[in-house]
Amino acid sequence: MATSDDICLRAAGISRSFGGRQVLQDIDLDIQKSEIFGLLGPSGAGKTTLVKLFAGIDEATTGSVDLLGTRLPKLSMLQRIGYMAQSDALYMELSARENLQFFGELMGLGGQALKRRMNHVVELVGLGEHLRKPVSSYSGGMKRRLSLAIALIHEPEVLILDEPTVGIDPVMRQSIWDELRQIRAAGATIIVTTHVMDEADKCDRLGMVRDGRLIAVGTPEGLKQDTGSHTIEEAFLYYGGVRP
Amino acid sequence: MRIRALVIRIIRQFLRDKRTLALLIVAPLLVLSLMYLVFDGDDYVPKLGTVDLPDAVVQQLEKGSVDLHSYPNTAEADAALQAQDIDGYLSLDGTQPHLKLEGSEPSKNRAVQMLVARTFSDLTSDRAQAGTAGMPKIEPKVDYLHGGEDMTTFDSLGPIFIGVFAFFFVFLIAGVSFLKERTSGTLERLLATPIRRWEIVVGYMVGFGIFMGIQAVLIATYCIHVLGLMMDGSLGLVLLVTLLLAAAALSLGMLLSTLANTEFQMIQFIPIVIVPQIFFSGLFDLDTMSPWISWLSHIMPLTYGSEALKNIMLRGEGWSGIASDTYVLIGISAVFIAANVLALRKYRKI
Ligand SMILES: Nc1ncnc2c1ncn2[C@@H]1O[C@H](COP(=O)(O)OP(=O)(O)OP(=O)(O)O)[C@@H](O)[C@H]1O
Ligand SMILES: [Mg+2]
Repeated sequence: MATSDDICLRAAGISRSFGGRQVLQDIDLDIQKSEIFGLLGPSGAGKTTLVKLFAGIDEATTGSVDLLGTRLPKLSMLQRIGYMAQSDALYMELSARENLQFFGELMGLGGQALKRRMNHVVELVGLGEHLRKPVSSYSGGMKRRLSLAIALIHEPEVLILDEPTVGIDPVMRQSIWDELRQIRAAGATIIVTTHVMDEADKCDRLGMVRDGRLIAVGTPEGLKQDTGSHTIEEAFLYYGGVRP
Repeated sequence: MRIRALVIRIIRQFLRDKRTLALLIVAPLLVLSLMYLVFDGDDYVPKLGTVDLPDAVVQQLEKGSVDLHSYPNTAEADAALQAQDIDGYLSLDGTQPHLKLEGSEPSKNRAVQMLVARTFSDLTSDRAQAGTAGMPKIEPKVDYLHGGEDMTTFDSLGPIFIGVFAFFFVFLIAGVSFLKERTSGTLERLLATPIRRWEIVVGYMVGFGIFMGIQAVLIATYCIHVLGLMMDGSLGLVLLVTLLLAAAALSLGMLLSTLANTEFQMIQFIPIVIVPQIFFSGLFDLDTMSPWISWLSHIMPLTYGSEALKNIMLRGEGWSGIASDTYVLIGISAVFIAANVLALRKYRKI
């Protein structure tokens, strides 16, 4: 059997084009269960487009994505995914609490369970004291943290985070990564795109995306060795064609 | 469950957004009050000049409501006409009465013509009476099937205005709200949850429906009880028709917002979608229009809405008088709603 039990996501030959313009080309990728998989690549490489296909929000022009053994896109799978978009999609007039409650209810939570989860995720991202303020008065980092809390609200099996830590200070970033590791330890799979190199180092495995192609996949250590670099940054530059 | 969450969210957003709330609720009342002041003014008293008229004629003229100015010759009367001091003047061409009108305002023309015609018909009937003493004066008695002598322009246009404003403000607000959902990225985020496309559309219909209901009650009761708009039928039916009209406006607004990328582009739909509907809604007589143009009116929700409202309010008709219009409105909304569910496919196929 090709789909073994410990594969979370399998992408087979996916391409995506927008009106004739090819944005992703022939991507094959397996992501294991309970790993933190990082997608790294320059701006415009196609990372966001790729994770949208992984989340089943968008559909590949050709090729297929299977998540937890189910062919995407499928409505019921959205229940098992926590998605955090690159740009904060929040209701500005509403408070953080009301935003959380809304998305929690859409995910089928209610009553005590919803309250418990809300308290938990709010604690996690450190928004406790700002819960009742309208989101329009939030700073960029606070909005980012709220978006993360929303993605976590229903304890998803697969977390897909598009640049989750942009605009978040190092202390908070540290605690968010600690939490991501805990979530992974609990059995969830995390797919994250990033620009931050020291974050890339924290991933179990990395995928390098450039011009819509997946040009390398491996552990941070492995990629450094393959390219003869000391840091991920150097490896990134190597794959980017900047460094020989 | 998901629909309920969406409805609660829409209500909360609405209550925070005082401006939009005011646009939906206060603006129609304000505009309707202005309409009332414009159309419900006192009857116009024509300003008529006279040149060398027999006393009998002048006396007869003075019996009507008129502002008479006398001039020694037609040259001076012409000057006064030129300066718009008078709306017209009456002189004698030998024995032939001659009326000259300023002419640029039809309503004033008509007022003057009616006054002069009435004066001369009264004069001749007086003479006839004097000639054949004892014969009773024959005067036609006028009855009205609908309305009445005291029905004002505002009364006859009121039902149309109620429909137009219910339609216009809901169209704009629903369109802009849904546009915002799309441009702010929250629609994409919404579609990353297991909510179904039809649940989104129904949630919007219900959430906005609550405020549309409040708006309909306010507009109708304000027009009828405060502005004294003529009302011969049942308030319940008026509310039903207003709500159906608002539902059509809401679903159309949502649908067209998918073709717009900014709020300004949403505004650009007003001359295309709203203004023609107002023209065809009964403000102007369609019977004299060429058939292919009046055919256009059959695809416009406002045509059916204002026809139904006129039937209820002016002609005092019950359900049977508006049933067909109501069904058409329901059909139009159903088509728009289905189109919205389909249009959301653009953002998520499932
Ligand atoms: N809906 C769309 N229609 C047309 N082109 C698109 C669309 N979405 C993305 N693209 C194009 O696809 C390419 C990849 O975009 P994408 O957002 O996936 O990049 P990214 O790797 O996430 O970049 P960044 O790091 O800046 O977020 C870009 O050139 C972009 O113009
Ligand atoms: Mg991106």
